[in-house]
Amino acid sequence: MSPATSSTVTLTVNGEKHTVAVDHRTTLLDALRERLGLTGTKKGCDQGQCGACTVLADGRRTVSCLQLAVAAEGQEVTTIEGVADGDRLHPVQQAFLDLDGYQCGYCTPGQICSAVAVIEEHAAGWPSAATGDVRPDAGAPELTAEEIGERMSGNLCRCGAYASIVQAVAAAARTPGTEAEEATA
Amino acid sequence: MKEFDYRRADGVPGALALHGAAPEARFLGGGTNLVDLMKTGIERPSLLVDVRALPLDGIEATADGGLRIGATATNSDTAAHPEVRRRYPALSQALLAGASGQLRNMATVGGNLLQRTRCGYFSDATGPCNKRVPGSGCPAIEGEHRNHAILGASEHCAATHPSDMAVALAAFDAVVAYETAEGPGETPLADLYPPVGDTPHVETALPAGALITSVTLPPAPVAAASRYRKVRERASFAFAIGSVAAALEVRDGTVQDVRLAFGAVAHRPWRAQTAEEALAGGPATAEAFAAAADAELAAAEPLPDNGYKVPLMRDLVVSVLTELAEEADA
Repeated sequence: MSPATSSTVTLTVNGEKHTVAVDHRTTLLDALRERLGLTGTKKGCDQGQCGACTVLADGRRTVSCLQLAVAAEGQEVTTIEGVADGDRLHPVQQAFLDLDGYQCGYCTPGQICSAVAVIEEHAAGWPSAATGDVRPDAGAPELTAEEIGERMSGNLCRCGAYASIVQAVAAAARTPGTEAEEATA
Repeated sequence: MKEFDYRRADGVPGALALHGAAPEARFLGGGTNLVDLMKTGIERPSLLVDVRALPLDGIEATADGGLRIGATATNSDTAAHPEVRRRYPALSQALLAGASGQLRNMATVGGNLLQRTRCGYFSDATGPCNKRVPGSGCPAIEGEHRNHAILGASEHCAATHPSDMAVALAAFDAVVAYETAEGPGETPLADLYPPVGDTPHVETALPAGALITSVTLPPAPVAAASRYRKVRERASFAFAIGSVAAALEVRDGTVQDVRLAFGAVAHRPWRAQTAEEALAGGPATAEAFAAAADAELAAAEPLPDNGYKVPLMRDLVVSVLTELAEEADA
């Protein structure tokens, strides 16, 4: 086979399959925004440092700016457009609205996608750098403000809405219907 | 970004064959460092061989009581694994101290070992750097080097290895296994990163085209009481300016076993063997810990603006070992 610089790939986004030809240099972020018209996912730094482009890939939060679209074939990608259940907002979205977890809103789609995963990671018992004792016998850490701050540190907010974001994540984690609530019910 | 071909590897032999057939091929793991460097033109592969989906992501106990971690295991799965947390907690802590939740979900163990330095001159494709363009010079030596190496550097390069994970692996005598077209091989992590000398562009001792397949930790009961502490310029999501991975076993106030490795001070995770030897069989006191740190750091050759790392590392060693000694006592 001679070298190729583009490929036709099928991306699965929010449950829908999209077959597109992409230059191999295309990131998932650019494919979502420019090719699929899903502009909810935002481009901030484009180097993995700000988290504005956070999406869920097979349920795990990732930065779509460092994910090549061609390498995303086979993944189930969920963007901010796919987080709600129809017209019913995801508990994290509702909590951001109720508690003003944003100012300008540019980082918010990434914050929300990240928070959805943070709550699931915590419910699964994952420790963080804020966890005093990571040994399994120590038990799962409480989702304190310090834990939330550490776990959300990959999402920058240049407006500085962090205090409300931490409150919104904590509130969402306590909301019935989230993974955390189901795990402890 | 330069144009490139992309192939998804079908098995390890297939990955090696694809890699071997292209002049400037790179294996693609999580891509968190490689894709970033491709955007800035520092990495210019002709072909990416995607190894992310290879069945190399297992984490399992070895027959002798150690632990084998597959090369494509993500940083987050490794950090969260119960056996890692139970038997080598400092490794879990080191992983959790690195990057962000998103990046840890993408980054692989093999890729973490092979990530490139974050030296600002290496990252600036418009200027000289002996790592990027051999012989072009090292602006860091007389320029911005606040976070550069104090141990093992040369007049040609003072860049540090950025991994947190590798510091804990170094403390626990990890062995890196790889495959090549000629067959399998392995190297102690301690030998993975060759001396800088006048060849800072030679960053690993791996044979050309080798694919890391796993990292094995030998059994180490002492590692069950271990800790990783990282100092950085903000509370989270930043590279270390100094870090320590330590494990300590104390009986009747005497050091039975000790492991110590430093991060952010050299081109590789720095196993502090001189300090370990100074401590073995001696008293588990703050004075002894400080003396051992001083013995290790006697080899330090700081540049004009990174001398702060010497007392920083000394204080880190004393604080972490003192904590571990107190907990062993309790």
